[in-house]
Amino acid sequence: MTGTSLDAAGLRGRTRELLAAHPPADTDRLAFLQARFDAGLAWVHYPEGLGGLGAPRSLQAVVDAELEAAGAPDNDPRRIGIGLGMAAPTILRYGTEEQKRRFLRPLWTGEEVWCQLFSEPGAGSDLAALGTRAVREGDEWVVNGQKVWTSSAHLARWAILIARTDPDVPKHAGITYFLCDMTDPGVEVRPLRQITGEAEFNEVFLTDVRIPDSRRLGEIGDGWRVAQTTLNNERVAIGGMRLPREGGMIGPVSKTWRERPELRTHDLHQRLLKLWVEAEVSRLAAERLRQQLVAGQPGPEGAGMKLAFARLNQEISGLEVELRGEEGLLYDDWTMRRPELVDFTGRDAGYRYLRSKGNSIEGGTSEVLLNIVAERVLGLPAEPRTDKDVAWKDLAR
Amino acid sequence: MTDLLYSEEEEALRAAVRDLLTDHCDPADVIARVESGAAHDPALWKPLAEGMGLAGLLIPEELGGQGATHREAAVVLEELGRAVAPVPYLTSAVVATEALLACADEELLGRLAPGRTRAALAVGLHTAPDAGFPAARLEDGALHGELTGIADAATADVLLVPADDGGLYAVTADAVTVTGQVSLDLTRPLATVRLDGASGRRVGDAGPAVHRALRAGAALLASEQLGLADWTLTETVRYLRERKQFNRPVGGFQALKHRLAQLWLEVVNLRAAARAAADALARDEDADVTTAVAQAFASPVAVHAAEEALQLHGGIGMTWEHPVHLYLKRAKADSIAYGTAGAHRETLAGLVDLQAP
Repeated sequence: MTGTSLDAAGLRGRTRELLAAHPPADTDRLAFLQARFDAGLAWVHYPEGLGGLGAPRSLQAVVDAELEAAGAPDNDPRRIGIGLGMAAPTILRYGTEEQKRRFLRPLWTGEEVWCQLFSEPGAGSDLAALGTRAVREGDEWVVNGQKVWTSSAHLARWAILIARTDPDVPKHAGITYFLCDMTDPGVEVRPLRQITGEAEFNEVFLTDVRIPDSRRLGEIGDGWRVAQTTLNNERVAIGGMRLPREGGMIGPVSKTWRERPELRTHDLHQRLLKLWVEAEVSRLAAERLRQQLVAGQPGPEGAGMKLAFARLNQEISGLEVELRGEEGLLYDDWTMRRPELVDFTGRDAGYRYLRSKGNSIEGGTSEVLLNIVAERVLGLPAEPRTDKDVAWKDLAR
Repeated sequence: MTDLLYSEEEEALRAAVRDLLTDHCDPADVIARVESGAAHDPALWKPLAEGMGLAGLLIPEELGGQGATHREAAVVLEELGRAVAPVPYLTSAVVATEALLACADEELLGRLAPGRTRAALAVGLHTAPDAGFPAARLEDGALHGELTGIADAATADVLLVPADDGGLYAVTADAVTVTGQVSLDLTRPLATVRLDGASGRRVGDAGPAVHRALRAGAALLASEQLGLADWTLTETVRYLRERKQFNRPVGGFQALKHRLAQLWLEVVNLRAAARAAADALARDEDADVTTAVAQAFASPVAVHAAEEALQLHGGIGMTWEHPVHLYLKRAKADSIAYGTAGAHRETLAGLVDLQAP
């Protein structure tokens, strides 16, 4: 082996060796991805033997650039975002050696899709109040309850699941984290149709699902702490996109404005320019955040990115519907479908308007995020906590 | 590639300027000074401009300047904005200096660099970079007329006067009559400049020089507005953590927490916009769009920050004694300076092809 050092040159060397041993043109896609994982080039900051080399995370870009230039297949990260962004870091941090070896490789290659069983009809913003029960029976846990807003549940082989294992202690203390087999007969997945007409998400009903204790992640009762790793990574994933100018929702409405002079009015012009400026500034703020992360100076700014992104998407798409006038009264398609990916650009303005309403709810409502900014960034007093010392079973519901 | 961060050197510069302002620019001093009728503070300008050499940041080293870029000047302006410092830094060391750089006038640049001479561009503070502006009449080699709304003219040693022959003329202050105007912003007062046959030296063409000067003013004003907004937010958060009503800190009420969190987000965004504008000027790349974006965004944020600071301070914020009014007046005046947000949006419409109906 020539490339042994963990610098850019070393990683470039290792990547070229991988490409020489498994030329992408003559290699089956899955076989190539497995070979890449085994060479430690999947996520270089992961440990050796688990798809990485223990190298600095920033060097992943070197590997990705080499592979892209060689036309190598990728693992279609958008399709397996929950596995990569949420399940993997949590398994890496809290999993046993056996769990890490069993789950991380097929997770990364996309052979096994993951979903997240966290939110419940009665536990949204107050996720820690969740009521899905897991009761110990010998070496197994018997799980009963209902989860909601689960993307990819109908495609997933595995789920990360948090459930209540002790109702007699305050809510944060009685939760345990599990890895749930979605093919278990007690798991029923139903599409959840949303206001756009389609069903991006699912409801998941868990009835006497039996999970072996070996698929518990972390200690009994420690699930809330384990889940923080999952949720922190969710916010990083949402804030980390890099866009060119007019790369977001402002793109389609600007295009329509240029191509359709007959739709222009003075009022719309003023509003469009204002939103264009805000979208551009938001893009610069996201770029600045990215530069801070690359420079190793992560700031609290990330907490605000999702807030800005949600409001802008909603205002821009609302303007776009109005701009279209008579056409704004129409909708492209109400057919109930199950899209694999959320595609904001492939649909009409009306779809964007409706779908973006979810941006200020999913992944933390804007109201909760404002509290987080006020308390954790600005140091203002926390909301009164009347549930802190109350057993979960005695909470108002 | 746009660099939106601060370098170590820029952070060191910030720390040095902040130290100086902590010693020389206490809010109570600023209020006392504006009441005296002479807003400009020579005891602050001297160490800032002469001592630290910051008047010459944008001037090349061979002319006695620092040969630095707009990125460093922007950091200085952030700190001056935080303190609503009554010094003619933006008007002399940025705007007038840029006009002279456009004219390549080595003589005056050499005098401005050490900070002992201050200049003011005799174009109304409200003028946007691509707007027209009044000019003095040139008759038999002498300048005539009255120009109004000239910021920091009262402290300038040299005025740069556009004339109706298309030239820009350097006129010494003792050759004109400068009369202070009662100004909304007490810390950056305006004046009229009256020319009754003043003689001047033609330094170059007014059109491109004024455009370049006002564009730099607009771009870097965003950093001053950032400093101002950052101070008002920080100070309001500090006050609301201490101030108690209904037996609890006022900052614990969710209605106020959300307003402050929103404001924080606006300031975070303004920092990115202001850094982008300073960096674009420094690299001379995409500077027109980035400047228009920064100014269209900065003014409403700075005004919002100052207005929120006043409201959330309650009664004390309405008093002459508390400094928040200095920030509100500066913020509101800044929202007109070098073109309103609306004017910059209009410019942008042309630049990015989003034409009016």
